[in-house]
Amino acid sequence: MPPTLETRNLTRVVEDDRLVDGISVAIREREVIVIVGPSGAGKSSFLRLLNRLDEPTAGTVLLDGVDYHEIPPRELRVRVGLVPQSPALVPGTVFENATRGLTLRNEPIDAERTTQMLTQLGLDGYEDRTVEELSGGETQRVAIARTLLNGPEVLLLDEPTASLDSASEARVEDLLSELGLTTVLVTHDEEQARRIGDRVMELRNGQLVRLGSPTEVLS
Amino acid sequence: MNTLAPIVDLLGQFQDPVVWTGLAQVFVASLLAVVVVGISRYRELALERELGIALVRGLIQIVAMGSIVGILLTVDLVWSGVILLGMMGGATWISKNRGEGLPGVVRVSFLAIVFGSGLVIVTMTLAGAIEANVRNLVPVGSMIIANAMQINSLALDRFKSEINANRETIEAELALGASPTAVISRHVETGVRASLIPVVDSLKSLGWVWIPGIMAGMILAGENPIYAALYQFVIMAMIFGAGGLTSMTSSLLIGNYVFTEADQLKAIDDADE
Repeated sequence: MPPTLETRNLTRVVEDDRLVDGISVAIREREVIVIVGPSGAGKSSFLRLLNRLDEPTAGTVLLDGVDYHEIPPRELRVRVGLVPQSPALVPGTVFENATRGLTLRNEPIDAERTTQMLTQLGLDGYEDRTVEELSGGETQRVAIARTLLNGPEVLLLDEPTASLDSASEARVEDLLSELGLTTVLVTHDEEQARRIGDRVMELRNGQLVRLGSPTEVLS
Repeated sequence: MNTLAPIVDLLGQFQDPVVWTGLAQVFVASLLAVVVVGISRYRELALERELGIALVRGLIQIVAMGSIVGILLTVDLVWSGVILLGMMGGATWISKNRGEGLPGVVRVSFLAIVFGSGLVIVTMTLAGAIEANVRNLVPVGSMIIANAMQINSLALDRFKSEINANRETIEAELALGASPTAVISRHVETGVRASLIPVVDSLKSLGWVWIPGIMAGMILAGENPIYAALYQFVIMAMIFGAGGLTSMTSSLLIGNYVFTEADQLKAIDDADE
């Protein structure tokens, strides 16, 4: 059985700047991989390549053993969902933003499931609030709900709890654990990496310098 | 012999007594301007050199333009199309500066201006609102093209600002598996709406805030004021029609150029034309 997600020599070079430099890694089903590294190490660039928001200049990604260049980009992005570092919500209500992916793709909206998802993220009763009324942490949780309501097989999260308080952070981590999705998560928080990571990748200058269990990688 | 005919005609136009009347009027008007220059010198505004150059330059430019129009009026009708197409090319060149950095901006601007203004010029000529001769087609066509250019520039400028300002949102929505068309639609709408604001405001204020040039000119030339007003409205409607078509065409086309085949948003400043 092939890994759920696999990168082979994944590389992106922009004007001689090697943002991601030959990363090869295989991620198993339901595994949580945490990416750590200093700013500018290529963590966000790596996630963007996995969602194919950017094009690799060399190498590729395999989803369930299939080269992702053979999968229509829109289908790929539904299957490999990305929660970006910046929530980038649009003016409107929490409900409208949470269901934004479905609306843009003209797919039916399950109001009950949406409410349930918002409740699981600590946003019960927030459906009709406008996003301008939300705190930074609440906004981030709406962005997480927006991606989860797309029903992804793989979840990519770029510092999803950076602006959350500890209670909200715990809630998000509990939900991720409950969902049991194959997950790639970028964080600066080593404690979080230890708590939720099955394995940890350390990136520097776009290269994978260490890969192993949290105990092996994090000092 | 035939190739010299327009020049001979032009020289003939300079011998028209009305030109001598015009020169006398220029002399009187210039005297008034000289008074302004004199006051400037007296008040030590240090503007006399700039004012003097501007006056002489303005006179030479406008007479040169009059001479060109004089030549144009003597050529065959078929040249109208060539002249208007040349104007559309020039309009494209100027307009693309506003959208500099947007991929495909020259192609999109040219297609949009040719389609928007061309369709209106042809339709209105066939309808008889523009007489099918060089004397009418070139000046009225140039007005329509110039406005289409301005509206195209505004649409591209606004669209570019929208993309740059909303890059994170656009990419967040692409990351949800949305199509570029769905993601970009409201930015296209914003661009079209913003570009049409000046012409819509002009239409709203037509007649009570300002009397546009054509109507003023026709009234000065002794035309029936009601007909002058109606014809002015026709001109404004043509400008609006051509501008709207140009703006919508360019905004829709440019939307296709800013994404890659894999539905990735291109870097606007790095995009190749």
